[in-house]
Amino acid sequence: MEEWKNFIEGIWTSEVNVQDFIQKNYRPYSGDESFLCGVSTKTEKVWKRCEELLKEELKKHVLDIDCTHMSGIDTYDAGYIDKDNEVIVGLQTDAPLKRIVNPYGGIRMVYQELDAYGYKLNETVDKYFNEFRKTHNQGVFDAYSEEVRKCRHVGLLTGLPDAYGRGRIIGDYRRVALYGIDFLMKEKKSDWDNLKGPMTNDLIQLREDVSMQYRALDAIKKMASRYGADISHPAKNAKEAIQWTYFAYLAAVKENNGAAMSLGRVDDFFDIYIERDIEAGTLTEEEAQELIDQFVIKLRLVRHLRTPDYDELFSGDPTWVTCSLAGIGEDKRSKVTKTSYRILHTLTNLDPAPEPNMTVLWSEELPDDFKKYCAKMSIETDAIQYENDDIMRPLYGDDYAIACCVSAMRVGRDMQFFGARCNLAKALLYSINGGVDEIKGDKVLDVPQITDEVLDYDKVKNAYFNVLERIAGIYSDAMNVIHYMHDKYAYEAGQMALHDTKVRRLMAYGVAGLSVVADSLSAIKYATVRPVRDENGITKDFKVEGDFPKYGNDDDRVDDIAKEVLDKFYKELCKHKPYRDAEVTLSVLTITSNVVYGSKTGATPDGRASGVAFAPGANPMHERDASGALASLNSVAKLKYQECCRDGISNTFSIVPSTLGKTKEEQIDNLVSVLDGYFVQGAHHLNVNVLNRETLEDAMENPDKYPLLTIRVSGYAVRFNRLTRKQQEEVIARTFHGKM
Amino acid sequence: MVKCNMKTCGSVDSIETFGLVDGPGIRTVVFLNGCMLRCKYCHNPEMWSFGKENMAVDDLVTKLIRNKPYFRRGQGGVTFSGGEPLLQVDFLIAVSKKLKEQGIHVALDTAGVGVGRYEDILQYVDLVILDIKHLTEEGYKDLVGRDRSAFFQFVKVCQSMKKPLWIRQVVVPGVHDNDSYMNLLVDYLKTLDYIEKIEFIPYHKLGSEKYEKLGIENPYVNKEAMNEEKCQELYQKYIESNFYFR
Repeated sequence: MEEWKNFIEGIWTSEVNVQDFIQKNYRPYSGDESFLCGVSTKTEKVWKRCEELLKEELKKHVLDIDCTHMSGIDTYDAGYIDKDNEVIVGLQTDAPLKRIVNPYGGIRMVYQELDAYGYKLNETVDKYFNEFRKTHNQGVFDAYSEEVRKCRHVGLLTGLPDAYGRGRIIGDYRRVALYGIDFLMKEKKSDWDNLKGPMTNDLIQLREDVSMQYRALDAIKKMASRYGADISHPAKNAKEAIQWTYFAYLAAVKENNGAAMSLGRVDDFFDIYIERDIEAGTLTEEEAQELIDQFVIKLRLVRHLRTPDYDELFSGDPTWVTCSLAGIGEDKRSKVTKTSYRILHTLTNLDPAPEPNMTVLWSEELPDDFKKYCAKMSIETDAIQYENDDIMRPLYGDDYAIACCVSAMRVGRDMQFFGARCNLAKALLYSINGGVDEIKGDKVLDVPQITDEVLDYDKVKNAYFNVLERIAGIYSDAMNVIHYMHDKYAYEAGQMALHDTKVRRLMAYGVAGLSVVADSLSAIKYATVRPVRDENGITKDFKVEGDFPKYGNDDDRVDDIAKEVLDKFYKELCKHKPYRDAEVTLSVLTITSNVVYGSKTGATPDGRASGVAFAPGANPMHERDASGALASLNSVAKLKYQECCRDGISNTFSIVPSTLGKTKEEQIDNLVSVLDGYFVQGAHHLNVNVLNRETLEDAMENPDKYPLLTIRVSGYAVRFNRLTRKQQEEVIARTFHGKM
Repeated sequence: MVKCNMKTCGSVDSIETFGLVDGPGIRTVVFLNGCMLRCKYCHNPEMWSFGKENMAVDDLVTKLIRNKPYFRRGQGGVTFSGGEPLLQVDFLIAVSKKLKEQGIHVALDTAGVGVGRYEDILQYVDLVILDIKHLTEEGYKDLVGRDRSAFFQFVKVCQSMKKPLWIRQVVVPGVHDNDSYMNLLVDYLKTLDYIEKIEFIPYHKLGSEKYEKLGIENPYVNKEAMNEEKCQELYQKYIESNFYFR
């Protein structure tokens, strides 16, 4: 085939297998960043226009909303930023930053969203979705049990995707570029023909899915044609490969509004096309960078319409366009290419920005120059997260990517049922308070109350594990209902069309408040903890006498408690049958919601007052990790990824620049040492911030001075100025590893 | 909780797992209690007295080995500081020996005033970070409250054992920031071999709160912090022009 000229053939030529194509054709790069080019004139013009629009958006919060159409792959006209200078085209709607209305998740959310910004829904849509078309949200509540409703109401189970898109699905957007739509449609047709047997629920559902996928592929083709592109056949050069991959991603964010709409990994894939063009003399380095810069600009403009409540939970309009980079191949060759550099270089060419969510798949075996470049970019931008390739590769092979913050999936072969998280700290209070919510006073679980004057470790632990058993069942019920209904009423046909038909599904549970629980149980075990109860016998506070080991100090006495709690909860979750035979996974992750979880949780036995924010993700509680940065990292590194938390263990690490070293070179070297030392122990994830607390305090008072200040919170990067005051305060209260 | 006898225990003030300035690479810094000097600019006065023996050799070694993964690159390792690490001789030797068995780089951050047995100690030490207090007899005595013979004795052993040296000079305004002292320093350092690095540390006031907390009179309560730029200028003028380090 002309489009595949000079590519080495393999399995990929006869079946859809992008991994094989990459392994046969990519070229590892072990040099440094000196080859990189600056920003082109065209990019400069396009980005300047974007900056104006972004400024306006920041003022109005939402620039514009298309209330006439409903979300869909091919429902919007072509839109441009600055047509003459755009080398990569395509917007979600017909204008930049104009947001989509997506009523499939739930119509009530749409009203709240539009109300907040003074818009009114198109009357026809309004009528359809109220009279004729049921939404995902309605479906879920038709089936939820009373128990689920209670747990949801009190915030024991929170952030469940029962009123908005579940997201976290990564289509293999590269397939469109490598094969063209027609081939993909042919394959889906043949899969559909071969789905035979007794018409069980499973088979009926899958046949319906594949039909929807087939039509979605056709819609992607039509959408691309609005931009004058014929994507029925494979891409023939780098520009087409990037453009078509983007069209496929664009289809996903036109059709869906999941919390995390991640990109996957494209660095090695794009690099093959770029290097082929450069070799043929049809592309220069400057043009290659221009393509990448403009591709990234498009990713930065992705928006979803959210309610003010949602914004309070996840500030700064995050979209988790997570872009995974680097890693090591199963054949031991490094997957770092020049395009891994080119993508990170957009943080310099454009500016440091939260999206796309730059995610470096770290391995001790990565080329040293690349490690140093990443460290340098972290120090300069605070925009990168790192995840341990050496522990993920054995589970997911070498063509996997991260969805959202920490969720690994084989691209195009795995999908996940996102499940938000269970508030483990609240659960601990239930085990003491007999299942009564300490804030709302509702009886949520029917379990015995502990009335002791001084809490006994074994007694509390047994009661707690009993509560976890009960919650696991309820949580599993909630997830099964949600994803059944999501498949039924808000199926992501465009994204699933870019997956294998026989996809592996992961049921992704999550927990919040781990460090609060570990410290609380440790306090009960090693100190004397006296509950202070109100007239109904519900704990209002805890008096702690004596010291106790705290999670985050590399002290096994408490770190083992954290491990044991996770292990217990995971095992309990595994006892319940997941919808569509999914595999059970668990994450320790909160994003910025640790603030809201904290505010909805009463005082805990570790001495944390009612309402105080949790530490994010798997982080130790603020300032309790007092034995220095490495001890803090070592505690988190003990949590088991492969055996227990395969959906990720998030850790956010902030360090003062001067502590990292005197000169920039020392800082870079030392940061690389930290990353190597942390990950070689089997740790999973690290957000790295290199900054001074004073900078953040100043930015809080004088936001205009720091328009670009970007920081990594738990799992995503955000412009500091877009956080709520409360979130800013929480970030500032976190431990900054420094030294007198 | 810790069961100690004289041979296997030491008095440790604290452990900083993430020292990045006290030796090459990433350092875990062990602060040992006890010091015979009373330097006017001391920023760790809480470590003057020995305090209780609170940590067994094996417990400390286990803790330190936990950080070995971070040491691989850039020759990171363990640095003993204080206080004056040379004073807890048996403890220091026992811990350092075990660290060397693990292949861990050991540095000693010292003012060179101990109680002897320096050969025994230094055989397990890869790097000596040597704090130069002052280089005249009166100046030394005025600054630290003791005479300087012990210091020279230690340096002599370092030299004979060919121990790599990082020289540290705290620069106090009115004490060190003049040409005559700087010339003295340069002349002295030229007599030493195996110097790998020379650092100037401008006197800062970060330790002053500790004096108030401990109720100890701070001899430098009215002393101004050293101007960092001026300190840098002195470094360029006297060190960079006279010494060359790779």
